[in-house]
Amino acid sequence: MVTVLLPGPLRSEAGGESRLTVAATGTLRAVLDEVATTWPRLARRIRDERGDLRRYVNVYVDGEDCRHTGALDTEVPEGAEIQILPSVAGG
Amino acid sequence: MTTLLAIGTGKGLFLATSSDRRDWAVSGPHFPMTGVYAVAVDKRPGRPRLLAGMTSSHFGPSVATSDDLGGSWHEPNQAPVAFPADTGASLGRVWQLTPAGPDQPDVVWAGTEPSALFRSEDGGRSFSLVRALWDHPHREQWGAGFGGQAVHSVLPHPGDAGRMAVAMSTGGVYRTEDAGASWAPGNTGIRAYFLPDEWPEFGQCVHKIARDAGDPERLYAQNHHGVYRSDDDGRSWTSIAAGLPSDFGFPIVAHPSRPGAVYAFPLTADGERFPTDRRCRVYRSADAGASWEPLTAGLPDGPFYPAVLRDAMCADDHDPAGVYFGTRSGEVYASADEGDSWSLVAAHLPDVLCVRAAEV
Repeated sequence: MVTVLLPGPLRSEAGGESRLTVAATGTLRAVLDEVATTWPRLARRIRDERGDLRRYVNVYVDGEDCRHTGALDTEVPEGAEIQILPSVAGG
Repeated sequence: MTTLLAIGTGKGLFLATSSDRRDWAVSGPHFPMTGVYAVAVDKRPGRPRLLAGMTSSHFGPSVATSDDLGGSWHEPNQAPVAFPADTGASLGRVWQLTPAGPDQPDVVWAGTEPSALFRSEDGGRSFSLVRALWDHPHREQWGAGFGGQAVHSVLPHPGDAGRMAVAMSTGGVYRTEDAGASWAPGNTGIRAYFLPDEWPEFGQCVHKIARDAGDPERLYAQNHHGVYRSDDDGRSWTSIAAGLPSDFGFPIVAHPSRPGAVYAFPLTADGERFPTDRRCRVYRSADAGASWEPLTAGLPDGPFYPAVLRDAMCADDHDPAGVYFGTRSGEVYASADEGDSWSLVAAHLPDVLCVRAAEV
């Protein structure tokens, strides 16, 4: 089990929840694939149809930016906390 | 009689309603903090249905529909517009949503970035890629303008469901006569001054095309410098810019029912994207572009700098027709008398990207 923390703008796509408990470990990709089975609209706001992380979405695994730790191949251990945050962008 | 004016902006969709097309009640934003580049009011039997194509700079693009005039919106669980895996592409945004004719009551077309055409057979809730245009051998040479590489105009032929013209920036006009199974460029006569060969088969930066209300073979085009008319369903084009103060601009709008009537909003030049003479003026032709007249009554009479983007001008389906435009400075103007006089619908909105209006 891992925990996925959602930012305010995405909570409406997860039934209003700010925190999801996801029965998956292994890689970040596996966790996000599992999220997609329950919350497909949430999932496609995080990744595009190629499965790539959207450019201005940042994902932290136990506090580390996944783009520095293997991106979607980042290892996600049991009990990890995954935080999804929109990057500082826009006008 | 209620008229609905849908206003897509850089930060959401606003909906304005009016019983007289002069006093408006504006609500919104729907989909706040998304760029709403495409909106449609589908009035085919069993509707109206609103369709909106919105893009979050963070969370990507999507399409939503409303069957209660914006009271509630439906967005499918699965991405309504998405590129198949084998293309290796991902959707940037939806630039255009076009319901087909009444003989195809559930068909809706979507023009996208990157340049592609999608077809829906369920009223706009799910779309599939039109392969033949995506697989066109020219595609690798289609470019991207500053706004991105996109199919921004989709014109089904009202009398022949197999025929359609689309336009993209850059790339130009492409036509099909076999319901999308094959596509051919239709740019003969459109100049591409920014290329070494100024008269290429394709590669033109067509900003917008529109189809005449009375003659379905007649199209109008606002080009990246150049205003044109086609009398052969987009195969070839001739200039109709002589009566305009400039041949640069983005939108071009055909009157919904009066043959030969067309509207433009000229800007000075590519390198000087201000309204001509720094005045807010719509230009109207009643003779398919042979002559043009400026329309100014009710519009600001002082210096005016904002541009009107390619989809930010439209006409409604009344008689007399209403004409509407929105600016990059967030002002929206309406005319209830075909452009003879104008009034302000809203000001201080985010930048206006698109407008569509209809009696509902």
